[in-house]
Amino acid sequence: MLVTLTINGQIIHVERETPIFEAAKKLGIPIPTLCHHEALKPYGSCRLCTVEVVKNKWPKLVTSCNYPAEDGLEVKTDTDRVKRTRKMVMELLLARCPHVPAIQQLAQKMGVKTSQFKKKGDEQCILCGLCVRVCDEIVGVRAIGFVGRGTEREMNTPFGIESDTCIGCGACTYICPTSYIEMVERPDAPGGRSLNKGELTLDSCPNSYVCENCDREQQFLLETMQVIEKFRRENEKRRSEQKV
Amino acid sequence: MAFEKVDEILEKHGYRHDALIGIIQDIQRLENYLPLETLRHISHRLEIPLSRIYYIATFYKSFSLEPRGRHIVKVCLGTACHICGATQNLEQMERTLHICEGETTKDMMFSLETVNCVGTCALAPVAIVDDTYYDAVTPEKVEKILSNYATESEGIESEKN
Amino acid sequence: MKKIKSSSDLETLRQTILNKGDHKRQVVRICCTTGCRAGGALKIVEDINKELTERNLEDKIKIKKTGCRGFCENGPVMVIEPDDIFYNKVKPKDVPGIVSETLVNGTPLKRLLYIDPETRKRVKSEKDIPFFGKQVRNVFAKLGKIDPTQIDDYIAEGGYTALCKALTTMTPVEVIETIEASGLRGRGGGGFPTGKKWRSCREAPGIVKYVIANGDEGDPGAFMDRSMMEGDPHSIIEGMIIGAYAIGADRGFIYVRDEYPIAVEHLTTAIEQVHSYGLLGEDILGMGLDFTIEINRGAGAFVCGESTALMNSLEGKVGEPRAKYIHTVESGLWDSPSNLNNVETWANVPLIINRGAEWYADTGTDTSKGTKIFSLVGKVSNTGLVEVPMGITLREIIFDVGGGIRNNRQFKAVQTGGPSGGCIPANKIDMPVDYDTLKELGAMMGSGGMIVMDENTCMVDVAKYFINFLMYESCGKCVPCREGLKQMYEILSNICEGHGEEGDIELLEGLASFIIDASLCALGGSAPNPVLSTIRYFRDEYEAHISRKECPAGVCRNPRIIRALEFGCEAPLKFYEHCILCPQFSEGCLDLAMSTEILEGKKKLVYSSKLDSEDSINANVFKCTTALSYFEKSRQLCGREGRCREEGFLIDLLAGSKQLIYSNTALLKKR
Ligand SMILES: Cc1cc2nc3c(=O)[nH]c(=O)nc-3n(C[C@H](O)[C@H](O)[C@H](O)COP(=O)(O)O)c2cc1C
Ligand code: SF4
Ligand code: SF4
Ligand code: SF4
Ligand code: SF4
Ligand code: FES
Ligand code: FES
Ligand code: FES
Repeated sequence: MLVTLTINGQIIHVERETPIFEAAKKLGIPIPTLCHHEALKPYGSCRLCTVEVVKNKWPKLVTSCNYPAEDGLEVKTDTDRVKRTRKMVMELLLARCPHVPAIQQLAQKMGVKTSQFKKKGDEQCILCGLCVRVCDEIVGVRAIGFVGRGTEREMNTPFGIESDTCIGCGACTYICPTSYIEMVERPDAPGGRSLNKGELTLDSCPNSYVCENCDREQQFLLETMQVIEKFRRENEKRRSEQKV
Repeated sequence: MAFEKVDEILEKHGYRHDALIGIIQDIQRLENYLPLETLRHISHRLEIPLSRIYYIATFYKSFSLEPRGRHIVKVCLGTACHICGATQNLEQMERTLHICEGETTKDMMFSLETVNCVGTCALAPVAIVDDTYYDAVTPEKVEKILSNYATESEGIESEKN
Repeated sequence: MKKIKSSSDLETLRQTILNKGDHKRQVVRICCTTGCRAGGALKIVEDINKELTERNLEDKIKIKKTGCRGFCENGPVMVIEPDDIFYNKVKPKDVPGIVSETLVNGTPLKRLLYIDPETRKRVKSEKDIPFFGKQVRNVFAKLGKIDPTQIDDYIAEGGYTALCKALTTMTPVEVIETIEASGLRGRGGGGFPTGKKWRSCREAPGIVKYVIANGDEGDPGAFMDRSMMEGDPHSIIEGMIIGAYAIGADRGFIYVRDEYPIAVEHLTTAIEQVHSYGLLGEDILGMGLDFTIEINRGAGAFVCGESTALMNSLEGKVGEPRAKYIHTVESGLWDSPSNLNNVETWANVPLIINRGAEWYADTGTDTSKGTKIFSLVGKVSNTGLVEVPMGITLREIIFDVGGGIRNNRQFKAVQTGGPSGGCIPANKIDMPVDYDTLKELGAMMGSGGMIVMDENTCMVDVAKYFINFLMYESCGKCVPCREGLKQMYEILSNICEGHGEEGDIELLEGLASFIIDASLCALGGSAPNPVLSTIRYFRDEYEAHISRKECPAGVCRNPRIIRALEFGCEAPLKFYEHCILCPQFSEGCLDLAMSTEILEGKKKLVYSSKLDSEDSINANVFKCTTALSYFEKSRQLCGREGRCREEGFLIDLLAGSKQLIYSNTALLKKR
């Protein structure tokens, strides 16, 4: 069923329940995101994609990555309230991870130079949950997960020891926006590689981050896909054997 | 097998995934904490990824991943108790037992924990040792309360010197 | 046991119970739930029973273990009928006296009667005590009367008649209409109209539907749900069966907080008993309603009181709230329509069905109907549970029922609504208590916690306490709540420690409105309330901390803190620990004064009288070995002669300019 909504005054028809973010994308209206990936279910944790919707004449802030489109919905992506909110998110993330290039760049793009908050962390992970979800939803392994709650929440393997279920596919490395997770080669690991997070330094890019004319990422993705496929096949084989 | 009792618990809950929290609670009652191997075992048995179980075990406050002492001392830090001076009691406990909140004494006699309200706010500030509630606790009373339980161990008295 | 299949079955059963003659015996009702158990209620019951057996009185006198009367501070409490004698603060050693004097001779023991704090006279009955006199006990009517582990007690008091009435004489829609007409609003938090919620759940498409009772009572300082579940579990169960009938649900859940073992025990027993009477299970009352109730124990997480987190927890997951753009009444537990209500809300239902919507709507204000149970705690004379009509003023609750402020201090503020509620100042004390007024005042009804504060409470410290609480209890999923509260706490503790700066208040306000706006769930969405309401009413206190670096209430007086864990070397810490436990310490110990001089390097420790001089102290003048052994053993061993960080700490601690703190979870983890 198609519904009609307006985004920044432009009318668009989309399938019901389409997230506003997708609808805006069709109109070419950019909305920044951090915890969203089209291959994964929306999670709504970073709140960067906040937009204002007016429903029953009542304006409120919602996250566009998971708010479903409805008939007659009025969406605004560039009000002062929205801008203020997004800036605040960036400031808080900048206070959490002051040394992460990806966050610095994104903040700069949004006009946030420094964070007004005093308490500075030294984290690399913004807890967006992309890695956890990709490992769960796409790879189907869930070798990594969240640990703890509140301000003590972190991303880790169970018991903080080397995972015995990780297949080394690299999907988490690929998707992590802050490069917190890193892959290293290790012949004895299930996929020939193993993941490192935290402590270890990242290899700097030989191509000085000129990604347009570099095929490393493509290659990496391809390898990743192959590893996932192999793992899946083995898994299925094992399952069918078990059934017999 | 070493996991017989654990399997009994799983059986009791019918291997249901939605009973996971109940299962972990029963395991904690059985073992007094959540050992890695047991969690791994239920992960295999229920086909639930270990990381999901570990997340639950670290999310909820009543689970412990480390062995706990024979007596669990809980100090309530809920609003009513806070206003009536619960923090001083906690500090006195820490001083007497020589451990911090969340730790266990070396002789495995006491574990010191905090809770946010146990529903006896009218008796604030409250401390609980195992199943016994102590009302209107003051720093002076702390030592007396703990000494009720210390007889079996070498005694907190001797530890102090 | 014979199953109850109709109203007349129930009435017959009721008559049989009444004819058993228990009511002809003299009854002693002793509260045996958590509060009074702490005071030894179980031992008292045991002793009385023994005493009665010895005197061959068991047939004449019946001991009933009841639920909470809400007067727990004065517990253990007991009521002796038929004379209605009310004893408080009973000790096991009082038992022989009670039996021989009161039970046999009928004379009250003076020393166990309650003293009216105003007249200083002893009063005999509960109804003469001002704390009870002002209350209207409807929902709480059966608490303290019945034995919660005996379904027959509940039935004797007219229990389960509402269920019969609803199922046999009303259609589900009529039940919903009655609840709507009564104006009942949720007692768990937001005050959403209950009838409306039921209707949307009934009308939501779906074959499987669930009803859930929220007994998570996360609000620290509130305990009415605990008392309700422990003392009158059947009211909740009856309400839930009626709700299931109205909504069309076939499974129910009660989510009970981990810290309430007795509530779990009593609810479990109650459910078994209801099953055996056939009021739960298949084809209830022959009306084709199938319904069962399960109990789920929480595991210690405040956020699990939030509806979507609670449902995740019921599904065996962590209590991470879900994005709530689809309502739980349409898609909740296992994506089925689910109706969640607080346990107190459920307990109101049988009352409304039995006595009618008009009767119910008679009490209260225009928008808030009925009575509400509050948990009155903090610096008030009578702490406990009070059930009062909606719309009563704060003054009546705090001064008439609560007996005013303890130790004749000045009333400063009352905090309502739990961690995400707000503080209401003294000049608003004549405001009526209902959902909307509280909200206007920047607080909220919440579950009904009322924490009374006097002039010795620092409002910045209170705000800091709640933000700290919420910071640890937040699930940590979304940035505004997790990172925002962390920064908020940082700013608040800086202010408390005297490091506040101009502009901090504005920063707090900006951050607060952002967190409210942008958080994923209602925990973050209401978390800044304590900060906002204290800024609104007590801005001057914030300013005093920031510009004058002082705490008007004297709470944050010793702001700089040393953590025990920071001591790399234990010797100075041991020294200090020894001294503060010594009675001399506060008396101005001479040895300590000398030690301080040595520590500060003003004087030297010498052993021979030949070396005595202006700037030396002779070791033989020391009376206490603690100080001496520190200088002789510890200092000598290490060889640094006190030129270390730790001794600096010690000097600060002894001078009182710093405070020793032991707990620090974060530091612990790092270690
Ligand atoms: C963080 C948070 C904690 C909550 N805790 C409780 C609680 O402990 N008990 C409760 O009944 N409701 C609690 N609620 C409110 C529930 O989400 C829900 O609104 C309520 O149980 C609905 O019942 P009612 O309509 O009968 O009030 C909480 C809400 C939030 C956001
Ligand atoms: S590399 Fe390991 S942790 Fe990362 S997505 Fe693949 S299986 Fe999961
Ligand atoms: S490691 Fe990367 S992907 Fe995973 S939660 Fe942290 S920032 Fe997100
Ligand atoms: S607002 Fe707080 S409790 Fe709610 S989802 Fe976000 S982090 Fe979790
Ligand atoms: S020096 Fe000795 S007497 Fe003085 S306070 Fe210390 S322990 Fe007590
Ligand atoms: S992208 Fe929508 S909340 Fe993160
Ligand atoms: S606040 Fe301590 S028991 Fe409620
Ligand atoms: S527990 Fe006995 S009166 Fe409350």
